[in-house]
Amino acid sequence: MAAARQENRIGLWGWLGGGRWGIERYAYSLHRLTGLAVLFYFLLHIVVTSLRARGIYLWTGGGFFHKPVFRFGEYLVFAAFAYHACNGIRLVLVELGVAIGKPIEPVFPYKTSLRVQRPLLIAVMIVALILLAAGGYSGLTQ
Amino acid sequence: MQNTRPEQRTIRFHVSRFHPENERGPYVQSYEVPVHEGMTVLDGLHSIKDNLDSTLVWRSSCRMGVCGSCGMLLNGRPGLACTTQILKIATTSLTVAPLPNFAIIRDLVPDLSSMFDKHRLVRPYVIRTDEAEIHDPSGEFYQSAEELEHYLQFTYCIKCGCCMAACPTLATDARYLGPMPLTAAERYNADTRDGGQQERAKVTGSSPGAIRCHYAGECSRVCPKGVDPAKAVQLLKRRLVLDYLHLARKSEPCKKLKGAGSGMRMPNIVAAPAHTVETIPAAPGELSILK
Ligand code: SF4
Ligand code: SF4
Ligand code: FES
Repeated sequence: MAAARQENRIGLWGWLGGGRWGIERYAYSLHRLTGLAVLFYFLLHIVVTSLRARGIYLWTGGGFFHKPVFRFGEYLVFAAFAYHACNGIRLVLVELGVAIGKPIEPVFPYKTSLRVQRPLLIAVMIVALILLAAGGYSGLTQ
Repeated sequence: MQNTRPEQRTIRFHVSRFHPENERGPYVQSYEVPVHEGMTVLDGLHSIKDNLDSTLVWRSSCRMGVCGSCGMLLNGRPGLACTTQILKIATTSLTVAPLPNFAIIRDLVPDLSSMFDKHRLVRPYVIRTDEAEIHDPSGEFYQSAEELEHYLQFTYCIKCGCCMAACPTLATDARYLGPMPLTAAERYNADTRDGGQQERAKVTGSSPGAIRCHYAGECSRVCPKGVDPAKAVQLLKRRLVLDYLHLARKSEPCKKLKGAGSGMRMPNIVAAPAHTVETIPAAPGELSILK
């Protein structure tokens, strides 16, 4: 008889919480969330623009798309996009072997490539913050 | 006189229990364990088994961080029970659970076979066209100390599965090959004696392969041997990308040692031992994750 096995997969909790995790993991989770958010926005975008073919113009006049809550939503999409783009550049660099260092002799206490790439992470986060501030400023002054 | 008595404390162990014939899922059982400085989690488990509850089940062997069998979730973090000192991670209580992302066989024993199936898929051994040379070598392969360093770090992996339990990608995607098998692939790809990169790329470059990793780095953070699997996976991706763009430097698997003895059978080379495992890949269902 095959003994019963108990499944023990962490699932979504593995993206979000449950341990004393490092900053790269939170960058990872945020990257996935913002990726999904931007994808969702694009789908919505297609739906809204295609409604035009049926003669429905959602963005004219004082419609929903001019309400402050929608403007804020737009800013969130921009923020998601800015983060995803900046972090994506870091990932592309790292995946091409940039800023992770060469294989080393593992001597305790171990040093990992994460430490080597950390300045890159900080740099792209600063760029993302600047973009967020600039986007917020231009949104408020428009 | 200086007091050299080791610190002694009682630590409450919250241990995850599961019996396959039990209808209930896993539950937590607590034990009060007297702990002194220097005691490892594995010592603590032995103390429970000897003094409090003989039914507790876990897997361990070498008790010195070499065999890779005692990987567990210690206070929510994967690590080796035998190399983790209790008082380094706990002040009053300690939770001990089986490694996640693996099915539980019983109590603290994870079923690591999914990891080993994936490991087998990446063909973790030197692949050459002159196969006869592997089974009946006529001399040593030439490899410089510098070339050795390209992969030496990745050879320290003890297949404990801690990285697999920590990986958030694996947490939601059971098909992902995971850090350990991908590190093993890079370890052989980077070996100058090897010529199997194209062969391995069929697996490592496939959809459950290296591209699934987004450098959360958790694998490297928990690895008890300093293998840095996240680094290996990124180097593997770089290799796949360069190869795809035809930018990779052409390299041949290294030749026999130049100079004295080259091409001649050295008298002191022992014959290769008989095969102990079947030729790979074994089970027909194994490749199904690539579909
Ligand atoms: S890479 Fe490290 S954590 Fe992963 S199986 Fe090997 S030794 Fe264990
Ligand atoms: S770096 Fe890649 S393999 Fe390692 S934990 Fe993160 S996603 Fe998994
Ligand atoms: S018992 Fe062998 S690694 Fe812990």
